[in-house]
Amino acid sequence: MSERVVIEAQELSKVYHMGKTEVHALRGVSIQVREGEMIAIMGPSGSGKSTLMAILGALDVPTGGRYWLEGEEISRMSDRELAIIRNERIGFVFQQFNLLPRNTILANVTLPLIYGGVGARERRERAAKMLEMVGLGDRLGHKPTELSGGEQQRVAIARALVNEPAIVLADEPTGNLDTKTGAEIMSLFKRLHQERGITLIIVTHDPEVAAQTERVIYLRDGRVVEPPEGLLTGAKPQEVDDGHPEDD
Amino acid sequence: MGTRKTIKRRGAGINIGQNVWIALDAMMANKLRSALTMLGVIIGVCAVVSLLSVGRGAEAAITEQIEGVGTNLITIIPGGQVTSVTATSGHNLTLADAEAIEAEVRHIVAVAPEFRLSAQVAFEDNGMDTLVIGEMPEYAVIRNLEPAIGRFISQDDVDGRERVAVLGSQAADELFGGLNPIGRTIRINNVRFEVIGVLAEQGAVGMFNPNTYIYVPLSTAYRKLASGRGVTGGEYLVSTIMIRAETQEAIDDVIAQVESILRRRHRLDPDEDDDFTVISQQELLGMATSITSTMTVFLAAIAGVSLLVGGIGIMNITLVSVTERTKEIGIRKAVGAQRWHILAQFLIETVVLSATGGLIGIALSGAILAAINSTGALSADLSPEAILIGFGFSVLVGVFFGLYPANRAASLHPIEALRYE
Ligand SMILES: Nc1ncnc2c1ncn2[C@@H]1O[C@H](COP(=O)(O)OP(=O)(O)OP(=O)(O)O)[C@@H](O)[C@H]1O
Ligand SMILES: [Mg+2]
Repeated sequence: MSERVVIEAQELSKVYHMGKTEVHALRGVSIQVREGEMIAIMGPSGSGKSTLMAILGALDVPTGGRYWLEGEEISRMSDRELAIIRNERIGFVFQQFNLLPRNTILANVTLPLIYGGVGARERRERAAKMLEMVGLGDRLGHKPTELSGGEQQRVAIARALVNEPAIVLADEPTGNLDTKTGAEIMSLFKRLHQERGITLIIVTHDPEVAAQTERVIYLRDGRVVEPPEGLLTGAKPQEVDDGHPEDD
Repeated sequence: MGTRKTIKRRGAGINIGQNVWIALDAMMANKLRSALTMLGVIIGVCAVVSLLSVGRGAEAAITEQIEGVGTNLITIIPGGQVTSVTATSGHNLTLADAEAIEAEVRHIVAVAPEFRLSAQVAFEDNGMDTLVIGEMPEYAVIRNLEPAIGRFISQDDVDGRERVAVLGSQAADELFGGLNPIGRTIRINNVRFEVIGVLAEQGAVGMFNPNTYIYVPLSTAYRKLASGRGVTGGEYLVSTIMIRAETQEAIDDVIAQVESILRRRHRLDPDEDDDFTVISQQELLGMATSITSTMTVFLAAIAGVSLLVGGIGIMNITLVSVTERTKEIGIRKAVGAQRWHILAQFLIETVVLSATGGLIGIALSGAILAAINSTGALSADLSPEAILIGFGFSVLVGVFFGLYPANRAASLHPIEALRYE
């Protein structure tokens, strides 16, 4: 892990207006992520995890606070600039895979490169290489519906990585998968993290998943709080690594 | 902090060919819906193209007819306004006027004065009322007339005041049925004439059908048929004077010469109106084409309304499609599609849809025109102009009615679009 800061967020807040009532999804979240880190975001349902991920992923803008990605302030960008940031710097992996069902998996992985203006030939080569890396090199012509959930999530991961983003954000990537397949996806993430030094933030409810990361950020009611006692050790104590590097 | 450069922008990122392919693929995946969507455009384009083509066909037919007569043709009739083409007493265009024109006007090929009268014509028991025209041989030159059988009136016929007649094709049919009329005798107002020729069928212009006319030598008409109505104060009256100019360019000059000669001969003061009317074939042509093209444009505009309806159909279906594909739009935006990428994607889809409808409409119109042509009532071909207009409009309809749904798709918020199920 280098000292280079990839994500710097200060006092992020997000308010949703539901008719007359205001929903404070985030109430001042500050986090810092260094290049090459692998982080878990945990917290009860409704605590603001997905909201935070959307802002970090440039899919949404915060109501208040500031956010820099690789030194560039994202929090005040226009829609167009955000689209470019999403395209070039961010890889997003969703719980529901979010693949285009009518397109082949190769075409799905190619998509970010199309919007990035990469030439057809290079697109194909890079997308095929990514799919090979996630173990689907022999399925390029298949449609997502012909694949299992785990395989679909691998396609989504390949798509997230194909533009060589500064950061990969995964919002409950194993949430729709059975335990075994979820574990496979996690080991894929770990492998990519270790082999390619990918910076990774994973939202999860699963302590076992969180235990495989280097650091846990715990949200409650839109704030970063200390994780509850025994959060990671409660489930399967024997598998948990001690001393994951918490920042001070 | 960062090592990456500030945002670079590239114009690329959308591939029209690929989007057209995607749109065609989507269209084929949902054939019935696509067909129903295109139906309005198909009907609209088909109607526009067919009506334009039929209109152009009619226009061409009329033009051909008038031009067949010869665009170098000038007709002079008595009276200051166009009232009647047949001579009535009191008119003042004379044979001497025609002779003066022939002698003095430059750049003319031939002059043919005519004397027209209604007459009873009979062959044995077959009779008809028709127009009998006293002609000079020059008339055949001026009108490019070729007799189908026999010959036209000659100078000898005129000089000898021969009682010979040339029949229009329809007159020949009515009087003789299937019989060969050449050499047979007909009676015109009870004067016996020998038939020397039958003219080929000519196009009818408006209510004038020259195929029913019968032509006799001008001198014979005055002497045997006019019974005094042809002469006033020693002057032979004429119904019309036809002139053929050397070239089309010479027509204005010839008309000016004719007008000045006639005004001089008729002793008109400068403040008096002409007591004759000069009509050029060019003018007739202009009138006829302007009438038909106005009709054509009017009909095509009505047909355009169905194109509009087709456009609204496309807009509706595309709005539905945008809603159905909200998630897809969210996914595309999540991986970096900009507003204009989505806008272009949906616009290309609507344009592909309506342009395909346009092409089908044009093909359909081609089939309809072929059917019309095969009936022989009218000759109307798919004109390149009509194809271009039909196709152009279908593309425009696609752009225009695609803009609203495409804009709606492009404006979706990525998070909200992704959440849509
Ligand atoms: N578009 C929205 N409009 C209104 N309220 C919203 C919207 N999105 C999120 N919220 C609210 O904001 C709060 C945080 O939502 P968020 O989805 O970030 O929670 P989460 O931590 O991801 O929950 P979960 O674990 O269930 O996914 C919740 O109270 C939620 O109801
Ligand atoms: Mg969530």
